[in-house]
This record gives sequence, C-alpha cells and structure tokens, in this order.
Amino acid sequence: MSDLIQVLKERDVNNMTIVRILLAFLCIAFTVSCNRPAQTANTLVYCSEGSPESLNPQQVLSGTGRNATATTIYDRLVDFKPGTTSLVPALAESWTVSDDRTTYDFTLRRGVKFHKTEFFEPQREFNADDVVFSIERQRDENHPFHRVGGGSYQYFQGMGMDKLIVSVMRIDDHRVRIVLLRPDATFLANMAMPFMSILSAEYGAKLLAAGTPEKIDTQPIGTGPYAFKSYLKDSTIRFVANAAYWNGKPNIENLVFAITPDASVRLQKLKKGECQIAVSPAPADLTAIRGDKQLVLDEEDGLNIGYVAMNVEKPPFDNVLVRRAVAHALNKQAYIDAIYLGNARPAINPYPSTIWSYTDQVRVYQHDLEKARALLAEAGYAQGFTTTLWTLPVTRPYNPNGRKMGEMMQADLAKVGIKVELVTYDWATYLAKVKLGEHQMVQLGWSGDNGDPDNFLYTLLSCDSVTRGSNNSRYCNADFNRIISEARTANDIEVRTRLYQQALVLLSEDEPIIPIAHSKVFRALSNRVKGYTMNAFDLDYFASLTLESS
Amino acid sequence: MRIFTTLKLSNGSVSLKLGSSCVIVLVVLSFLVPLLFDLDPYRISDNLRASIGLWNGSGPLLGTDDLGRDVLARLVFGARNSVGIGLAVVLVSMSVGIPLGLFAGVYGGWIDTSIMRVTGILMTLPTILLAIVIVSVLGAGLLTAMCAATIVAIPGFIRVVRSISALEMKRQYVQAARTGGDSKLQILWSEVLPNCWVPIVAQATLGFGDAILHIAALDFLGLGAKPPMAEWGAMLADARPFIESNPNLIVLPGLCLATTIFGFTLLGDALQRWLNPRTGVH
Amino acid sequence: MFKLGALTTTLLGISLIAFFAIRFVPGDPVVLMIGERGADPQQYREAVARLGLDKPMAWQYVSFLGRAVRGDLGTSISSGRDVSTELLARWPATLELGVAALLLAVLVGVPIGVVAAIYRDTLLDRVLTACSLAGYSTPNFWLGLLLILLFSVALNLLPVSGRLDTAFDVWNVTGFMLIDTLLPAARAQYGLFAFYSALHHLVLPTVTMATIPIAVFARMTRASMVEVLSEDYILAARARGLSPVRIIGLHALRNALLPIIVVIGLHFLNVAIAGAIMTETIFGWPGIGSYIVSSVYARDYPVIQGSILVIGVVVILTNGAVDVLSRLANPRMR
Repeated sequence: MSDLIQVLKERDVNNMTIVRILLAFLCIAFTVSCNRPAQTANTLVYCSEGSPESLNPQQVLSGTGRNATATTIYDRLVDFKPGTTSLVPALAESWTVSDDRTTYDFTLRRGVKFHKTEFFEPQREFNADDVVFSIERQRDENHPFHRVGGGSYQYFQGMGMDKLIVSVMRIDDHRVRIVLLRPDATFLANMAMPFMSILSAEYGAKLLAAGTPEKIDTQPIGTGPYAFKSYLKDSTIRFVANAAYWNGKPNIENLVFAITPDASVRLQKLKKGECQIAVSPAPADLTAIRGDKQLVLDEEDGLNIGYVAMNVEKPPFDNVLVRRAVAHALNKQAYIDAIYLGNARPAINPYPSTIWSYTDQVRVYQHDLEKARALLAEAGYAQGFTTTLWTLPVTRPYNPNGRKMGEMMQADLAKVGIKVELVTYDWATYLAKVKLGEHQMVQLGWSGDNGDPDNFLYTLLSCDSVTRGSNNSRYCNADFNRIISEARTANDIEVRTRLYQQALVLLSEDEPIIPIAHSKVFRALSNRVKGYTMNAFDLDYFASLTLESS
Repeated sequence: MRIFTTLKLSNGSVSLKLGSSCVIVLVVLSFLVPLLFDLDPYRISDNLRASIGLWNGSGPLLGTDDLGRDVLARLVFGARNSVGIGLAVVLVSMSVGIPLGLFAGVYGGWIDTSIMRVTGILMTLPTILLAIVIVSVLGAGLLTAMCAATIVAIPGFIRVVRSISALEMKRQYVQAARTGGDSKLQILWSEVLPNCWVPIVAQATLGFGDAILHIAALDFLGLGAKPPMAEWGAMLADARPFIESNPNLIVLPGLCLATTIFGFTLLGDALQRWLNPRTGVH
Repeated sequence: MFKLGALTTTLLGISLIAFFAIRFVPGDPVVLMIGERGADPQQYREAVARLGLDKPMAWQYVSFLGRAVRGDLGTSISSGRDVSTELLARWPATLELGVAALLLAVLVGVPIGVVAAIYRDTLLDRVLTACSLAGYSTPNFWLGLLLILLFSVALNLLPVSGRLDTAFDVWNVTGFMLIDTLLPAARAQYGLFAFYSALHHLVLPTVTMATIPIAVFARMTRASMVEVLSEDYILAARARGLSPVRIIGLHALRNALLPIIVVIGLHFLNVAIAGAIMTETIFGWPGIGSYIVSSVYARDYPVIQGSILVIGVVVILTNGAVDVLSRLANPRMR
C-alpha cells in the first residue's frame, strides 16, 4: 500500500491545486457583483416590519398596514402636511362648515384619475360618487360591499363614526355633503386618517358585476402616488409610480416593500444596499448606525404609548386595588433602560406631553414594592395570585422587544407574589384574540394618528371601542365616557383641554392600563435617499423622495 | 469482561479518550461549579443601560447578556439543565425502547412485524420535524419538548436491541436451549439481554447528544424552554438581535452546544466501533 | 411483493399520524381547523358539514384520505388559500436549496472520504475524520448564525436573508431562482445581475445545510473505500502493475460508490427537510421548512396536517423507489 500512497501523494497535489484555484475563482466571482446595477437605480426598497393585515386601509389597524396602503395607493379628502398635524387639502380643494357645525360641504378637486393597471382601466375621473361609496361602505350595513372582507371596520366603528355621520350625499359631480349627528371637533382631522381613504366606485361596480368583490381589498385601486402591482405575503409588496398623479409624478419609479420582521436583518439589508429605508432599527444598533458614513439615522419623539392593559372584566383585575398594586410593582425606568436603551420617556398618561391637554397632576405610581404588597393584602391577595401576560411577538414603534420586557415584568411581579406566565401568539392572532378579550394582562400600545387627545382616549378607553375598537382593557366607565364624549362635541379648545385633563385624572385613579413609555421613533436610511422627513405618526411618505445614484 | 479487554485496542482509543473527557468535563462543570462559585443566572442587572457587554476587568467573567445576567452563570446552568434533560430523555426512551426491541427480536412473528412497522413509520419523518409536530400538538414548553425528544429517540433503541436480539436468537446455543424447553422469556432474560448492554450504552451515548440537539433546536425556535430558563438554545435565540453589537452572545452558547454534542457523539461512535471495528458507521 | 405491503402500511400509518395528531390538540376541533378569528356561526356550521366533524371518527378519517388523494389538503387559516397550493408554491425554494446542498456535499464530502480512505490511519485521516465529526455535531442553526456573523456582519460580503435582492422584480416561472433569473425576460431587464444576486443569496444557506451531509458522505465514502481497497482484486490489479490512479478511479471508486449513491438517495430527502427547517428559518428562505415553522407559531393546523402528510408520503415513496432501484442495480447487495 505504501508505494501506492507515495505515488498518489505526488498526483494529489496537482488535483488539489486545481480545486483551490477553482474555489478562488468562485469566491471572486461572488464578491464582484456587489455594486448595484443601473437597472435598479430608480427603485426604492423599504424594509418594513410586518405584513399588512389587509391592503385596504379601511380594515387596517396597525401602523404596518397603514404604511403599506394609505400613503401609497390612496388619498383622502384632506391630509396632514407631512411632519405636522396641520391639515391641507388633498382630494378636496376646499370645504365649508355650517353654522351649527354639523354640515360639511367639500368641493372636490378636478382632473384626478384613478390608477390604470393591468386589472382595471378607469373610464372616468374621480368624482363625488367615489366619496359616497367609500364612506357608505363602512357606514351602511346594507351596502353591497359592507360585508366584503369581513364587515369589520375597526377605526370607523371604533371611533363612533358610524353613529356620528348621519348622511353622505353627492350634491353634484364635484361636491359632497356630509351631515353629522352633532358637532364634533375632531371630525375634520379624522377625515385625514387612513381609514377615510377614497376607493373607486367604478372599480367596485365592475368587481360586483364580475362576481369578485373581495378584490377591492386584495387588488386595490386608488388615486395615490403609487399603483399596486403585486403582493407576496410575508415577502414583498410592489408598487409602480402613478404617472398621472394629481400632485405630480413621483420621482422614484418603483417602490418595493421588503417585509422583514427581524430588526437586525433589516439593518443588514440596509448596509448591503438591499433596502434604502429600514423601519425601527433595534436600539442596540443605533450607535452603529450613527457611526456609519453611508447611513443616516432619523429620529423623532414619537406620538405613541406602550402600555400594559389589564382586562378589567376578569378577576382579580376588576379590583382597582389590584391594578394599582401592579402599577406600583412595575419598574418603568428599568424597562426604558434595558429595552429602549434610554430612547424613550417614562409614561404616566396615555399620550405624551407634546399633545395639548397633557397634565402631570394625575395619580402617579412610583416603583414601590412595599406599597404594592400592602395594596394586594388590602385587596385580599396577600399570598399573591397567578396570571398570564401576553407579550408582543413583533417589534412595534412603541416597544422594540415585548418578550424581553415581559421577562423583566415577570421578575418584578414575582417580587410581590404575583406569578406570571408569559404567553405569545403570532401578530394577527394576538390582535384578534385581544379583541375578543381572552387575555388577562397584555402588552400593547398605540401610535397617534392625528395629534388629538381624542384619538388616544376614545379609541383606547371608550365604551364604544370595547367591542369595536382597541379598548384592550375593556374599560367602560360612565363618568370617563361622558367626559370624553363631551370633549368631542365641544368646539372651544380651552373647554376641551379642561375636560381632557379631568379625564386623565380620573383615568389615573382607575388605572386600567399602565402606561410604560413614550418611545422615540427611528428610521435608518441610506444616504442616497433625499427628501425624507420624519413623522411622529410613524407614517412614511414616498411621493416626494428622490434617490441619488451611489 | 469483554469490555475491558477491548479497551486495549489502540484503534479508536484517541477518540474514546477525547469523547469521554468531554463528557466528564461537562458533567463535572455543570454540577461542581455552581457548588464552588456563587452563580446567579437569573438576576437582572440594576444598571440596564450599560448591562450588555464583555468582561471589563470586574464583574462576570464572560460578560453579561442584554438583561445584565451573568453569561457564565447561564452557560453553566444551561449545562446542568442539558445534562439533566438529556439524562431524562435517554432513560425514558430506553425504558420504552429496550423492552419493545427485545420483544420484537425474541418473539418474532407478528409482534416483530408490527413493532417494526410502527418504528418505520415514526422514522419516516425527519426527527426535527416530528419533534416540532409533537410540540405543536401538545403545546410549547420544556416538558412537551422533552416528550418530543423522547418519542423521537425511541425508534433508535428499538432498532438496535431488536437487531441484536434477532441475531442472538439464531445462535446455536439458543436454539438448543429452546428445544431443551426454555421459554422465550427466559432466554430473553438470560441470554439476549446481557449481550445487548454494550450496543445499548453506545446508542444511549449517541442518544444523549441527539436529545441535547433536539431540545436546543426546539428552544431556539421558541417551542421549548420558557423564559427565564437558562438553556443554550434559548440563549442563542435571544442573542440574535445582538449579532452586530455583541456577537459573543451567539458564539459562546453555540460553542458549548457544539462541544457537548461533539463529545457525546465521539464517545458513542467510539463505543460503537468496539462492536464493529471495521465500520463504525451509523 | 412483501415490500409492497410494507409500503402501504407505512403510508397508511403516516396518514393516521397526520389525521390523529390534530385530534390531540386541546380545544374545539372545528375552531382548530377554521381559525379563531371570524368564526361566526354560519362559517362554523359550514365547516362542520364540510369536514364531517359531527360524524364518527372512522368516517372522518376515510373522508380525510379521500380528500387528500384528490389533492385537497384543507385551507390554511392564516392565508385562506388551499394548503396544497401553498405547499406547491414553496417546494421549489426548498428543492433548489436541497439540490445545491446535495451537490456541495457530494463534491466536498466524497473526495474527503476517498482521501481519508487512502491515507487511512495516518494523521491526515484522523484530522479529516475529526473534522467531519465536528461538522456533524455542530448544530446547523448555530453554524448558520456563525456564517452570517463572519460573512455578512464582519466582512459584509454576502446577504443575510431571502433568495433575491427585492429590487429585482423577477417573474416566478419555475420557482427556481437560478433558472428564473436566466430567463429572457429577466435578462432583458437586469442582465446577469439578478442571477448573481440569486447566487449570492444561495451561498450561505447552502453551506449551512451541506455541513452535516458532508460529514455523513465523507464517513460513508471512507468506510466503503476502505472495504473495497482491501479486497483481493485490488491487490491483484496492483500486482499486475496497473497505475494507482487507474485502480482508484476505475475499479475501487466505482464499486465503492454504488452503496454510497444508495445512501445518498435515502438520506437526501431526510437531510434536506430536516436541514431546511432550521436553515430556512435563519436565512428567511421562503421554502417548506420555514413555512412549517411559521404555521406552528400561527397554530395553522390544516397546514401542519397537510405538511406531515405530504412530506411523509414523499419520503416513503422516495425511499421505496431508491430501495427498489438499488436492488435491481445490484442484486448481490442483499
């Protein structure tokens, strides 16, 4: 055998060298193609954190869904100036309000066209029929499209719009009249919210005739800057620029949403140039982004709240003493240090101090274990109790790591005798089950939509939104409800401020939700992206962006 | 005893020594270290903003994780958990697999066919897939993950024991004993079982490594141990967001996992090669 | 013929597991199959009627088999589409990865085994064997993370997730990215850049998935070669003065490879799927493996049930086919 080996040793060297050279070639070939080809120069890839629940903003509750649809495919009658809370005309050029403030007349913009795509070619321009169609679909139970897609319009119904709007009528092709039940100071701002996007009535009619009405939500048509091209669930959403957009054709021809739930993967893709905007980078990576010359970190104080809601319909959380005990047991500053790495402010109210009517004259629950134990004893739970805490399965702008926060809360509550089991579900199931009230303690949060306190208080804590909105604590208090309903109808901002301050004080006494933090919101961008402004509502506008060549 | 004479075989003794030393080190570390040092794997740091990091001269030797917990403590406790879990899984699967294999091999006939058929069906699906399915049915958690790992390990024992016992049944002295009037059960006990121990030990050692791997995989997917338990697989999953800022959190638990599994596999492999010096192939 | 009986019973067994597994889950079986959201009374009744959930268990099982044979594996709760459609859509991704990993494993593992066999019992052999054993023991999910750490994070050479840079809008014709990016339509738009991107994305997952097969193939090859090299006819050929290369290449390798190929065939699917589950999850590869994992998270039981059935049947049939073929090719094997 040995001479065989001898001969082979000489032969083998040659073979091995060839293999080595081949490998080297492959390596070089792989690394060469690092530069982006010219063909993709006018494509913006946006790394989003999740799949939208629907492609129709009327049915969407989360920021993920809103970003995917509202600022791309659709427009509304009025809109917010990007980066501010002031209203500007959009599909409505102007409007008048009656003296009793219950009738709004909108004069619609002319020359607006719906998207022309492979699956639909509009025969007419946008007119009043489309406005009526879009609103009536959500309001009128007998509307042919009301039940399509499930019939659940969480914003429209949860905010009480279905009771507020008495009628929507076309006066002529370019004028629409909306009559309200009573004056509502928030109405106009609510018209700028994503759920008031304008759909195409013509498209609806065509789908109805073809027998495929559900396509209005899965193959959307709108008037917005980007037309829908394709959607691969959990993977990509592709849009093409709307050349006929009424506000001018967008600079960027192709827009792609790359759905990437993992924050560190988003950053990796950004660094590799596979996306140009990454949403909510992990707090641990912020320093690295700031230090990277090719990246830009945009940040802003978010108009958001991360909280823990206790289901007041389920004992022991129906007892206010227990809720207060839990509030004392949680160490908010520790969570802010560990989870947000300091990029948040401890919260004592459901909305941050940047919103008017904020007051710190509420009952504040300091981190105090002794008090917590005393309150529990007073409530009859001196030995503590067992419960479950549902933790967020995804990163949210108001909470970058629900699971870790859950672990810390578990440890804190254990110190006062409360044994917590951590439970989680995938995001869609999580939201659905919470809506049904199956939880005991749950982590959630909210990003404001229009800068009005009503948007936080009514949506999160009114009796209306227990079954139809986002009232996760299922809190329904007559006094509180009366105050916030009154505040909606009042016109004078001082009156409203006073009412909301009262509401906040009352809320802090009952503490159905424990506000944890108001987080900063971040976007990491490639330095090729120009024209981006950070938005406190966590909405991204794409129409005015430009992409420099690398 | 045959075992000690074969120890003298030079072929494979290196791997045997290496493997057994890995295993011994693991067991010693996981049980001895907590006794000698004061380790707390669960204590969350008070200064959380600066909690994550490497050794900076003082404090935990291997640094802290993102909640300020001592990484070394968690690794050691993870070792202890792994040893305990692996032992439990192996013992239970042995207690189910060995009798079944014996009955299949000794009694033959329809008992054999049916047991082997069921084993074959269980072995169709890749082990990790079967484990995931079991956990999805029973619910996530460490106990169900252990159940899954056990169920997945049983066919291995059945096969090994059955092949040995079937072989033994064909031997002349066994045939003689049968014609002499010994019942199958007696033969099982007196002739077949003693010959099975070495392959069983080899299979058990390999099974230990497999069990640790499966549990770690399930933990990594979030289907196994729940927080705040110190388990290597779960530590790996927790470390993923910190891959840029603190890669040591990924390297260390995985290194422990790899070394442990390597040790057990090496040992089991060397043990198997005693029986079949020429192949040593799974 | 006996084997056919065994095959049928195994198939039935897998279908039984698939059917009954879901019955063990606590909770209302109807809700399990149609999901917890939007289960209004009408849909509930429809589901009961459609799945026959008020009929006896035996009837349900037979009906389940009947539907499965016709290709109806139920409806996914999370997406609302047919499970069979979803699985079909994702198969190519896993297959592409599996084939690439298999190729890599054969190209690397077999030569290692041959070299180890030739230099048997020398230091080189010990080192190679130890390396392959190390590769076998490394958890593939950790290895994937390490590769990401090295090649993506540290060196910024290779991408971390997905099959293709999302900027490329490549039409999904075959489902195999390496083919689709070479089709005329894609080439017209992007030249060869889309193809390079696909290759780029394929590297790390392939290496991760190939590590264990490399180890297995290396050891198999070594064992087989060692056996063959000590056979009489090899020594005879050497004595006759044939060159060593001819001996190795023509005689030894050919005879050694036959059992290896059988093993490769049997192992491939098993390894591909097992490796796929972890690898796809780490690299965000949209194949069957990551689909099963996300369905488990989402408690999408129809998908879990359908996947077990499909994978089980495919594995059983493939193993059976390989078994039959190997017998035909080499009757002296038994």
